[in-house]
Parts: sequence; C-alpha cells; structure tokens
Amino acid sequence: MNHDTYSDDYIRSILNSVKTIAMVGASPIDVRPSYFAFKYLVQRGYDMIPINPGHVGKSLLGRPFVASLSAIGRPIDMIDIFRSSKHIMPVVDEALKLDPLPKVIWMQLGARDDEAAAKAEAAGLKVVMNRCPKIEYGRLSSEISWMGVNSRTISAKRAPVPTQGMRLSLNRMSVGGGATAASDRAAKNRDEQS
Amino acid sequence: MTDRIPGFSTLAVHAGAQPDPTTGARATPIYQTTSFVFNDADHAASLFGLQAFGNIYTRIGNPTNAVLEERVAALEGGTAALAVASGHAAQVIVLQQLLTPGDEFIAARKLYGGSINQFTHAFKSFGWNVVWADPDDITTFERAVSPRTKAIFIESIANPGGSITDIEAIAAIARSAGVPLIVDNTLASPYLIRPIDHGADIVVHSLTKFLGGHGNSLGGIIVDAGTFDWSKDNKYPMLSEPRPEYHGIRIQETFGNFAFAIACRVLGLRDLGPALSPFNAFLILTGIETLPLRMQKHCDNAKAVAEFLAGHPAVASVSYAGLPGDKYNNLARKYAPKGAGAVFTFNLKGGYEAGVSLVSNLQLFSHLANVGDTRSLVIHPASTTHSQLDDAAKIKAGAGPDVVRLSIGIEDKEDLIADLDQALKA
Repeated sequence: MNHDTYSDDYIRSILNSVKTIAMVGASPIDVRPSYFAFKYLVQRGYDMIPINPGHVGKSLLGRPFVASLSAIGRPIDMIDIFRSSKHIMPVVDEALKLDPLPKVIWMQLGARDDEAAAKAEAAGLKVVMNRCPKIEYGRLSSEISWMGVNSRTISAKRAPVPTQGMRLSLNRMSVGGGATAASDRAAKNRDEQS
Repeated sequence: MTDRIPGFSTLAVHAGAQPDPTTGARATPIYQTTSFVFNDADHAASLFGLQAFGNIYTRIGNPTNAVLEERVAALEGGTAALAVASGHAAQVIVLQQLLTPGDEFIAARKLYGGSINQFTHAFKSFGWNVVWADPDDITTFERAVSPRTKAIFIESIANPGGSITDIEAIAAIARSAGVPLIVDNTLASPYLIRPIDHGADIVVHSLTKFLGGHGNSLGGIIVDAGTFDWSKDNKYPMLSEPRPEYHGIRIQETFGNFAFAIACRVLGLRDLGPALSPFNAFLILTGIETLPLRMQKHCDNAKAVAEFLAGHPAVASVSYAGLPGDKYNNLARKYAPKGAGAVFTFNLKGGYEAGVSLVSNLQLFSHLANVGDTRSLVIHPASTTHSQLDDAAKIKAGAGPDVVRLSIGIEDKEDLIADLDQALKA
C-alpha cells in the first residue's frame, strides 16, 4: 500500500481495534518522545508494555521493562517502534516469529523502512510509518486542537467531557489529507533524497 | 465513515470549533480566563513538560484562541498555527525561532510600511539584519543569499500597491538556499491565495485585516506548513537542539511536522509574551465565518472601482493587478484567479495637493490607517504609513507623493464610485 499518506479511516481502524501495545525503545527519561507517547497511551487506556533490554528490572509508569518482543510471553496487538530507520528490520523479523502474530507494526515519526513494511504486509500485518500514535490519537479525537494543531476533523456533535484516563471518540468526520498535503509531499521528497 | 475533504466555506465555518462539551454551547465560548485548574500534580507536571495536551495559562494557550488557530491552519492548508496579539508580534516570534544575532534574512522591498520599519530599525537591535530584494527582479533574491541567510520574507499581495508576488519562483530560491520561505498573506487571505500550495513554509497574517474583517480587533497568526526539515545542518538550534527551558526536549524530534508552531508557542509566545485576548479571538473567528462571502464582494467591488478610476480624467494611472494590461495581471491570473484583492493604489495627475483634496472631500470612504475593513478606506501613504521612509524609499515601496491607497469595502459599488466621482470633481 501507499505509505506516503494514510487515510484517517486506516489510522482510526488501528487505534480503535488494538488494545495491547509493545513499545520497542521505550525510554524512562521523561523528556524523550517515547516517554511522552508511552505515558499518553497508558492514560488513554491501552495495555502498554515497555521493551528495552537496557532497563530490565526497572519499570515504566508501573509496567516492568521487558528485554525483547519474544520475552513478553502473551499476545500483543501492535508493536510501536521507537528506533531509527536502519534498526527497523530486525524488530520486524522478530515480530514475525511471534505466535500469534501481532496485527500492526507502527514506526515512529522519522522512521521508515519500506522493505520491512513490505515483509510485514506480506505476512498480513498492517503497517504505519513515520507517524506518532499519540499525535494521531490526539488528532482524531481533536484533543490536539488545544495546541492549535490542525486536527483535520470537524464535527457538529457534542463530545463527552474529557477526563483523565478516558478513551476518547475517534469517530469524527475527517476533513482529509488534502488539508496538509504540502507537508506530506515534503516528507516524501526528503525520503527520496535520503 | 469515509474521509471527505470539505470545501473552503465549510472549513471557514466549522474548522476547529465544536459544540462545547460541558454546556452544549454551539458558538465558540469566550474563555476569558488567565489560567486553568490542573487535575492533580502529575497532570500539572505533564502539561508543563509538554507531555500532555491541555491548557495552563492564556499567555501559552487558550481554548478560544485554539479554535482560531486550528481554523486558520485548516484554511491555509497548514499543520498548525499560533495566534498572537498582532501581525507585528507574529513576525517577531517567527524570526526569533530562526535567527540569532548576526544572522540575515532576505525581505521583499515591497512590504507594508510598518514591516519595513520593524525590519530596518527594531530588529537591528536584536542583531537580525535584513537584506532587501526586489520582487520584480527575482535574481535580486538569488544574489542576496549568503551563508548567514536564515529565511526569506515576502507578501503574497504587496502593500500598498496591490502587486502580486511570484511565490513559486521565490520558493525555489529558498529551497536551493536551504532556508524557509515566510509569506505574509494578509492582503490576499487564504480565500484568494494559499501560499503553502505554492511552496511557502510559514505563513503569517495580520488577522486585523480581511480575516477578522470588521475593523474591530487586532490579532496576528503564524501558520506552520509542516514542510521544512529543521534538523538539517544544525542551522535552526531552537528546533533541532535540546532546549534547556524544557529539560532537554528537542522540539522537531518531539513534534514532527508541527514543530515550528510549537516552538513559536513554547519558546516564543511563552517568553516574549504578546498573547491574543480571547475576546479578540472570538470576534476574529466570527469574522472568518463570512470570509469567503466578504472577500469575493471586496474583490468584485475593487475591480469595478479600479475600472472607474482608470477611465477618470483626473487619474494618471491605477495599479490594480485585476485590470487587464496591469503589470501584475498575469501573476494575478495565476495566483489569485478569484480576484486580485481589494487594496490598491492610484496616482493623481494633480500630485500631492490633489491627494490631500481627494481625501478631505470623500464622504463615504474613511480616512484612516487600516485595510481590510467592511467599510471602504482611503489613505495617503506618503504622509502616513510610509511617512518615516525617505522619498526614494517611498517611491521604491510604491508610496510616492501622488499615490492614494484605497481599501475597498463591501458596500454597494455604485455608492463608492459616486463618492469618488464627486470628490475627484470637487
């Protein structure tokens, strides 16, 4: 599939269906992007598992660090990879040996490996690259609008009052990728040059 | 649910706004409050550490202002926006993220007189050096690029002459120089021109003009196109380096394609302070809902008035890009096919004296220093907005002594033409 842009429906269907997420490269340092995303996804009700061999024996927001995907020992729905592009393939290879297979491979902002994506898709997994699940969740729920970000969603419906630790509705009308097409084009040009 | 891209008018009414979850209020409430209660200590820490989405203090963000920000970002096709107290404040904050003392930025010589003053004098004391280039000769931008260049700044439709800038040609120069292109889109509004579609990386506005549209509220906004790679070559440390203000967060790495808007908010607005009043944000939002209707009427009226003036015996020439044969007509057809804006100048055969006489005899046009009001406005730039420039600079900026500037409102065009006709005869 085309990984330059994603339809809101595609992202929404992933965030609405997965429950257990293993985050590869989760950091205990509270200014790292992985920490931000981990904490947010915990607050939104996802069952989060931090994967980082350097921190086994410690825990992240009460969840024990696990050394590797194969050491988790229970089924997971999604793997969120906080590693640079050149370190993606070994993680995907390890993911494809899990039984049962995870449903989604998600690569963070700035990470893209088309070969690894094709391999995962051939095994029936969904793939998202160069996106952040925290940003996408915030965008589709419009929570990110507090920061002046273009959520590309509109709605005339009254939403429930948001409280901490609550799943938010992601099912707002999407105003579509065209609204930030320039940003997607620029990202694609950078990928092609690198 | 399928993705569907709504049209411009739908976005002008809906983008960013939703019924208030607590009360069900349909119009955007005015959150006239300085500060916001935290859920608990961890929530407070998360907000201060930029880990959570939410409100702290109105100098950093406000829910009414956030609706305005998202709406303008959507209309411009950007990833995010930051609303501030004025267009001038927007320019200071944008350049503060990009320049350090001793750096340069290239600016088009044809600009709003207030911007020329700000760039020439106020920014000099920050060590930000402006290098002027001529939008009518694109090669002057190429020649102005140096290793210290950090940005290029242009207006889409230039004040006061209403000339149209070749955004794509200058965007190409910015790209090859590896610097962002900043476009002031105030006189066009996104209804006429969306600079991001033509290669702009950052768009700024004085919301005071056509976006607010009613001459009642000052405001400015910065729109992030999400197109520029700030991490390259360590040229923009505010975005690429660990920020001591936030315990070492790297803004681009953390916020991706809306990093510039976040930097403007958490490093610029937070520390420099020109916050927009939520009440102004509400008035401007209300104005934006009718932007497509107003802007078309402004343009249609402007064209009719320009045609009338072009045929008037007291008028030496009319500079309106919407007129066939105008120097900028081809650029207007390319960049602003719905209309060439509503601010333009004309030259009187009678020179300075005729200008003064015209302004004093007009009954319906208001003599004041603003543009983009529902009301038609007139000014003599040489003695007002551009008065601090010397004569040569006035002429270069399109504000010579015989020049009168009009900002055409949304009244009936027949009444505007009749008023000009009687004042020119008087």
